Amino acid sequence: METYILLGFVLILSIYLGLELISKVPSTLHTPLMSGANAISGIALVGALLLTADSQLQTALAFLAVTFASINVFGGYLVTNRMLKMFKKK
Amino acid sequence: MEISLIQNIVYIFSSILFITGIKMLGKEDTAVKGNFLSAIAMFVAVLVTFINISNPLILIAGIGLGAFIGSLIALKVKMTSIPEMVALFNGFGGLATFLIAWSEFNSTPDNLFQYILVMTTVYVGGITFTGSLVAYAKLSEKIQIAKTSIITKLFTTIFYISLAFLLYSAILTPLVVTNFEFFTVLLILTLLGGIGFVLPIGGGDMPVVISLLNSLSGIAAAFAGLILLNNVLIVAGSLVGASGLILTIIMAKAMNRSISNILFVGYASATSSKISEEQGEVNPINVSDAYLILENASSVLIVPGYGMAVAQAQHVVRELGELLEENGTEVKYGIHPVAGRMPGHMNVLLAEANVSYDVLAEPDDVNPSMDSVDVAVVIGANDVVNPSATEEPGSPIYGMPIIEVHNAKTVFVLKRSMSSGFAGVQNTLFFKQNTRMLFGDAKESIGGVVSEFKD
Repeated sequence: METYILLGFVLILSIYLGLELISKVPSTLHTPLMSGANAISGIALVGALLLTADSQLQTALAFLAVTFASINVFGGYLVTNRMLKMFKKK
Repeated sequence: MEISLIQNIVYIFSSILFITGIKMLGKEDTAVKGNFLSAIAMFVAVLVTFINISNPLILIAGIGLGAFIGSLIALKVKMTSIPEMVALFNGFGGLATFLIAWSEFNSTPDNLFQYILVMTTVYVGGITFTGSLVAYAKLSEKIQIAKTSIITKLFTTIFYISLAFLLYSAILTPLVVTNFEFFTVLLILTLLGGIGFVLPIGGGDMPVVISLLNSLSGIAAAFAGLILLNNVLIVAGSLVGASGLILTIIMAKAMNRSISNILFVGYASATSSKISEEQGEVNPINVSDAYLILENASSVLIVPGYGMAVAQAQHVVRELGELLEENGTEVKYGIHPVAGRMPGHMNVLLAEANVSYDVLAEPDDVNPSMDSVDVAVVIGANDVVNPSATEEPGSPIYGMPIIEVHNAKTVFVLKRSMSSGFAGVQNTLFFKQNTRMLFGDAKESIGGVVSEFKD
């Protein structure tokens, strides 16, 4: 249970940190921020890699989770980069 | 040194990169670098995880497949389809956490708290998945189902049942810990419930829903981190959860509505409230007259809305802006935070058309000097310029911050017809003395003005 308390602590602090860091984002960047954050949520890929695969079902689940998380990661970062490159100041 | 120790140290390093990356993503000058840093953070975290995975070949195949599909979509997609694509990627992230939690249920977690966590993660991930798919379908106009239709009501009911079932299972878990039937019911209810979560929400409220789903995908990843006892998942997931939450709040504020009102009520009051019918007459105008007025204007404010995206008019709008500037006119763009279908939608479209971002202004920047604007050109925006929001306390949108174009000397409204906006409220702007209606397709109308300028 102590581990959970510790991890819960990390959870709360990270959310608080995130709220502080992003609270004043200009509206020009709303879409790139959302899309960039979306790519970060692909961190589930790390979780998917850590899954144990004792049965066929679990192997299948792990494979699918890795695949979909990878789509999220690669697609998310590439499209955010593409979008940000368009924002120019004359 | 133990492998897990090395991994954890690298995870800390990766978390720092994520935090720095998302911070830099919030500023115009550093955004590209910020995105790059967060990509490196991801790469490092994935790489170090590979040291001791159980069946690398299958997983590498999965990464390869995902990388191929993801890159293909990201590089091929048109900038006008960005909203639905963000929704789709978001859904896949949610699906991944849903599958992770499902798999962990089969590993028979060893304590009560883990069971509750697994249930909750399945739920949040699943809702994010199917909810995002519905958002994708709505944004790409693949489905159009009325809020009042029986299908919508059915799915909405399932959503509430699924929520009740989750709460129930959290209490009941100690009794049925290894009950797979019970878990299967949760899986199915969750996926159907996600559909019911987003289905009743209308197009104009999409910016809020997308932000919220974005936030949920992060929270789901953080929960998955709790299940797997993994720090970097918790940190990265929480950052996404927080950024999505901030966007959700910004969007809700821009509509002067609470998040729960947007999600669970909608603009229901709009139909029942009495809207004064005596609006008087509108003053139509044609392209050549519009050109003459614009040619003599010394300051012009362009206010785009979803209609500009639909008409794909951003390129001709930029062209018009450039011609006006050559003519000595000061040109600005007034962008309302909820114009369009996702946060920052108009900014992306105008950026794609090469409009410099420093001429894009927010309502608070343009409203105080509105009376010095000669012509305000409203292109496919409606509710965000409706004066009822400031003038009629009885109006459903009263109190919503708007771009007060009615205070400009002349207002051009480019519109296909007289239909009301998303909120179902008649726009009193159209009947003002200083308003001129330019009916027709926005792209053609502006194209007409542009060619008059060139002659």
